[in-house]
Amino acid sequence: MIKIKAKDVDVFYGKKQALFNISLDIEENQVTALIGPSGCGKSTFLRCLNRMNDVIDICSVKGEILINDFNINDKGCDVVRLREKIGMVFQKPNPFPKTLYENVSYGPTIHGIAQSKQEMDEIVETSLKKAALWEEVKDRLHEPGTGLSGGQQQRLCIARAISVRPEVILMDEPCSALDPIATAQIEELIDELKKEHTIIIVTHSMAQAARVSQNTGFFHLGQLIEHGSTDKIFKNPDNKKTQDYITGRFG
Amino acid sequence: MNKNKEQLLNKRYKAEQRFRLYGQSAIFMALLFLTIFIFKIFSTGYSAFQKTWLIVPVTFDAELMMLEQNPSKEDIQDADYYDIALKSMADLDPNANEDQENELKRMVSYFFEKEIKNELLNDPSLIGKTKEVYLTASDDLDQVFKGNYPRDLPEDQRRVSDYQLKIFDQLVANGKVESKFNISFFTNADSREAELAGIASSFMGSIFSILVCLMIAFPVAVLAAIYLEEFAPKNRFTDFIEVNINNLAAVPSIVFGLLGLGVLLAIFQLPRSTPLVGGITLSLMTLPTIIIAARASLKAVPPSIREAALAMGASRMQTTMHHTVPLSMPGTLSGTIIGLAQALGETAPLILIGMVAFVNTIPGSPMDPAASLPVQIYIWAESAERGFVEKVSACIMVLLGFLITMNLFAQIIRHKFEKKWS
Repeated sequence: MIKIKAKDVDVFYGKKQALFNISLDIEENQVTALIGPSGCGKSTFLRCLNRMNDVIDICSVKGEILINDFNINDKGCDVVRLREKIGMVFQKPNPFPKTLYENVSYGPTIHGIAQSKQEMDEIVETSLKKAALWEEVKDRLHEPGTGLSGGQQQRLCIARAISVRPEVILMDEPCSALDPIATAQIEELIDELKKEHTIIIVTHSMAQAARVSQNTGFFHLGQLIEHGSTDKIFKNPDNKKTQDYITGRFG
Repeated sequence: MNKNKEQLLNKRYKAEQRFRLYGQSAIFMALLFLTIFIFKIFSTGYSAFQKTWLIVPVTFDAELMMLEQNPSKEDIQDADYYDIALKSMADLDPNANEDQENELKRMVSYFFEKEIKNELLNDPSLIGKTKEVYLTASDDLDQVFKGNYPRDLPEDQRRVSDYQLKIFDQLVANGKVESKFNISFFTNADSREAELAGIASSFMGSIFSILVCLMIAFPVAVLAAIYLEEFAPKNRFTDFIEVNINNLAAVPSIVFGLLGLGVLLAIFQLPRSTPLVGGITLSLMTLPTIIIAARASLKAVPPSIREAALAMGASRMQTTMHHTVPLSMPGTLSGTIIGLAQALGETAPLILIGMVAFVNTIPGSPMDPAASLPVQIYIWAESAERGFVEKVSACIMVLLGFLITMNLFAQIIRHKFEKKWS
């Protein structure tokens, strides 16, 4: 099943074009990895999917992005509701400087998801459990989230993202600031999360893309060079550039 | 080659040592100036917290006071105290002629009649009896007793005559002169007589002005800063506004005073000399300081926090109110305190809107005429009487104490906030 359908997406930063004609289908309940050298536009594309590019004044997006057959670039699209459905995890762990509990309960609070304190407690607990953080922090839910280690902070951010039960989770190089052990934990988690969520992950590490994803898209200089199943891209790419990048000849 | 390197290294170490020395001497200089300043203020000002009293026996003669038998409270209130007051002072020297009696009268404050009256009001049974009453010494004798008065000047160059000094010395020898804590310095309003002048009016004036200033400047400045930083589009127009806010911060304070005079007093007809007008004028001056501080602390909130909130589906308003503003509050508050401290020490704009007027009542609201502490310093520093010299320093001490308390308070608030948010 196709969850997200991008059609001819162009992105401009002022006069400079950052993405050219991107068309890409994202499969539901699978992990799609976006790879490519720095500055190729993969993060820009990711940020189109929850319209985080709106925040940047000079950025404009053209083209259609259909999520559940609804064009999110339409004027009628409500960004707040869109972002409730599409969660995001950033490159650098960015928990709010509040308690762990407040971090996770923030989304459900502003979207009015929990009806009672009890329900909220449950949401916080299940979110933290799904993010594989519960056992480590259950005794200090009311301590500041910034006191955790980097890997724990990133899992807290994942817990925060899944607390509103989004359909899609966007991950922008979620492991680039983490050590190998924390990275392994997050990767395991991604595998677990794809049962309930569609995941799109931007990564610099080709090994990581190969490990966690089912589909891969390769970006280069603002263009989507090739996309398809991860197996195919890594073992038998159609394009010479993809081949070169994957074998480490450039990038 | 090696020797060259060694020399170079030595040179670098020496340069560093010299630099340290410069830095240390700079700090030493700063501390020295501060110490001299504080020493000067304290050594001149501390004596203002003491007041000299003459202990004079007063005979409450019912006849002289025009009181009838068994007078009521109102009768005592309305009685004539001038004659017994005069008589008590004249009795200090039974041989005094008329001129000398006049001089004796001038040894105490002109207020002495009221002091005697209060004594009787407190204890009506004193009628017909004699009691030793504390009377405020005149400001010159106050200075004589404190040792600040040049007694060796020729008599025609002093305001205290030889005769007065002779009687005063007799009183001192008899233990009839006493120095006590000067409560009236804190409870009295300004007065033409140095011995009676106090800071109550200017202190209250300052507090009211600062409150008015805070209540206007803080909300306006914070809203302006939040809007400019978080909501306004970045274009030429907002750049223009930003440049002009910075310009506004550099405008000399006297210009704001003229604005207050021309707009608040002339056009809006607000009451002259009041903390209300003073506070509004000061708030115009404080506004850019707070805006700049608030914007800087909003800018200092990492963008990743805003992105996190926005990505959770928070609206811009929620992102701002739930995350950015609380995180920027410590910085905003410290900027506010700095702005208010500046406003507290401001004199020029207040002089222009008439807060320099002689006010001998204590204001009960921002709508009553009042002075302010720095203006009070200015008024007293201009006065000729010797008694005001120590008052100036004492007033500076109060002002500095006020400022230090404010800063301490701000620090405590800030500390608490920062602990919570980090």
